[in-house]
Amino acid sequence: MGIKALIAIVMAAVLVNNYVLQQFLGICPFLGVSKKLDQAAGMSVAVIFVMVLATAVTYPIQYFLLNPNGMGYLQTIVFILVIAALVQLVEIILKKYIPALHASLGVYLPLITTNCAVLGVCISNVDSYMLEKAAFGPSFVQALFNAAGSGLGFLLAMVLFAGVRSRVDKCDCPESFKGMPITLISAAILSVSFMGFAGLVENLLG
Amino acid sequence: MTGIIIAVVAVTVIGLICGAGLSVASKFMAVEVDERIPKVRECLPGANCGACGFAGCDGYAKALVEDPDLSVSLCVPGGATAAANIGEVLGRAAGDVEQMVAEVRCSGTCEATSVKMDYNGLDSCAAAKLLFGGTGACVYGCIGLGDCAKVCPVNAIHIGGNLARVDTSVCIGCGKCAKTCPNGVIAIRPANAHMVVDCNSRQKGAGTRKACKAGCIGCHLCEKNCHTGAITVTDNLASIDYAKCDGCGKCIEVCKAGCLVALNISAAEVVNAE
Repeated sequence: MGIKALIAIVMAAVLVNNYVLQQFLGICPFLGVSKKLDQAAGMSVAVIFVMVLATAVTYPIQYFLLNPNGMGYLQTIVFILVIAALVQLVEIILKKYIPALHASLGVYLPLITTNCAVLGVCISNVDSYMLEKAAFGPSFVQALFNAAGSGLGFLLAMVLFAGVRSRVDKCDCPESFKGMPITLISAAILSVSFMGFAGLVENLLG
Repeated sequence: MTGIIIAVVAVTVIGLICGAGLSVASKFMAVEVDERIPKVRECLPGANCGACGFAGCDGYAKALVEDPDLSVSLCVPGGATAAANIGEVLGRAAGDVEQMVAEVRCSGTCEATSVKMDYNGLDSCAAAKLLFGGTGACVYGCIGLGDCAKVCPVNAIHIGGNLARVDTSVCIGCGKCAKTCPNGVIAIRPANAHMVVDCNSRQKGAGTRKACKAGCIGCHLCEKNCHTGAITVTDNLASIDYAKCDGCGKCIEVCKAGCLVALNISAAEVVNAE
């Protein structure tokens, strides 16, 4: 596993398999918090943070606890439980020791507690990087990079869409399209434009 | 059957561990919040207007508790009552709060001035300002598309005759409109001011006169006739030092343009001055 493979993982997660625009997970914050650029960026940084942390915790749980005991089917419920508890714990720790970070991320952390993009990243990491059953080391690093890349992809989608929305809000669009309808249409166009990245990683780094 | 039991037990145990961890963490890592902060917060009106210079009422309450030198009388909407209540909570003397209100310094009604274009663009003063300095003949005056009315938290500003007007009985003096106005027409003045200069034009007299019949032409008559030295004319525009003005009303008599407006002067006082 070279540095090239890690770059390929991150690029694939950010552009090709963007969680919001290509896999349609985490649409709720994507539409809800993308009205202002600073909020969108703050939320996305919190998502990156939680995605990496959640993967770091759920991957060993799947590897050491669920798989050996034949309880792989409990994946979803256990992951939700663990992620929710983890986010709460992180919030408490941040509040105590790093109040500045808590002030900037704090409001968004409870929102991400059971965000489907976070759960989706954890499950897809476990599914795609645990193919080599014996190798915990390198595949774990790959999973962490995928989580960070997915978070960056979320950041990219949020920042792009916050810009699109601020322009759309100023536009003179037909009465019946104002508000959510035109927002959904612009989200759809943004999603279609991301389809152009298909095959990028294979051709660049493959 | 045993599969179900194992699953239930496993999830329960994981849940218990998580719950125990969280409750221990919240116990040991609890951040002590100064109990005076919510008390101070209750004294404030909660308009989150930002007139105090902090991020909303919560920000001011926090700053008040943390900084013992901070004045308790920064809240304009809350006024003397809020200052007194906060002073009681924190054990500090409350200073006087001067009640402030917004003033639209423009008299450019439809009769006095004219428009120079048929504006069909975005319904916003900031947008209209980008087109040749606004819709009106005077580029310093009120554009009248109501950006100030949109930001007013208490709905005190209304547009009538192409001109914004402040309802001083409603205005809390937060200054949001003054920050929003692209022409800087709106100023914050003491609520008990005797008179105001309702013009913002810094053009030379002839230019102002051409654009608007009610504008200040900077003739210095008011300045010369003021016995307390409260009025000064800078950049072809009269301005009043409210601390010096005693409300004699002499300047209003001599003003030829009519941009000086009497507020808290009774008719008798004006006659006496004559």
